Amino acid sequence: MRAAVIQFPGSNCDRDMAVAIRDITGAETTLVWHRAGELPDGLDLIAIPGGFSYGDYLRSGAMAARSPVMQAVIKAAERGVPVLGVCNGFQILTEAGLLPGALMRNAGIRFVCRTVGLTVENNRSVFTNGYLADELVQIPVAHHDGNYFADSETLDRLEGEGRVAFRYAENVNGSARNIAGVLNAGGNVLGMMPHPERMTEAVHGGSDGRRLFEGLLRQIA
Amino acid sequence: MKTRIFVTLKNGVLDPQGKAIHHAIEGLGFSGVHDVRAGRLIEIEHEPGVSKADLEAMCTKLLANMVIENFEIEQA
Repeated sequence: MRAAVIQFPGSNCDRDMAVAIRDITGAETTLVWHRAGELPDGLDLIAIPGGFSYGDYLRSGAMAARSPVMQAVIKAAERGVPVLGVCNGFQILTEAGLLPGALMRNAGIRFVCRTVGLTVENNRSVFTNGYLADELVQIPVAHHDGNYFADSETLDRLEGEGRVAFRYAENVNGSARNIAGVLNAGGNVLGMMPHPERMTEAVHGGSDGRRLFEGLLRQIA
Repeated sequence: MKTRIFVTLKNGVLDPQGKAIHHAIEGLGFSGVHDVRAGRLIEIEHEPGVSKADLEAMCTKLLANMVIENFEIEQA
């Protein structure tokens, strides 16, 4: 298995993501700088990590979504390569048009940084097959702009097509229909605000994030 | 030449920042304020030859997120 983690100026979960992928899946994992015009050959997974790319200038994820490497990420996603965006990565994927909707300022204005319960709504994707349907898992969030918005038609379509991957058990940020993570139509792009890479070992306080990477390995290897 | 671009949230999109500003205005003792919505002003200095179509494309491709925002272009 081969994986790439994209680094933007201001990414800060890039190394955590690379360590989680490498340790859990054994993938040969490359960090790719945002100015790269192309990605390494033969990738099985692309991860867009959390952080504050470009200092959240203009809108969270807006500048990163227009950087050169994202054209290559979009092409890879269109070919069916799994793309995982976590936190700022989710914001970047919506700004790049790979996922519908937008992540707005948290409804309570405050930065939310704690472990939250999530229900697994779709356990059939390449990312979520390590979980049971409707399972309640504990994964940390740390964001200011995690308030998922889409128009009601889009929300109905996402729900109807099973593209809501995770929902918050408690609505921590005002997200429409408690949505914490969504899939693209092809099921190979997942954006989620919670950080599975921060919940992969007992020392993290739990390992519910680990099964996302184990599930990826099972589907890809 | 200078163009001003106003980016605002679409009607119906909740604006937590506007709400917080509204509370702060009331906290300062001002009354009679019904609602506050926050937006963004972007000033662009450019050659006269930059077309309105190009300015609109800048807005739709980058300056506004058309899922949640509208924009208005004001040329001096």
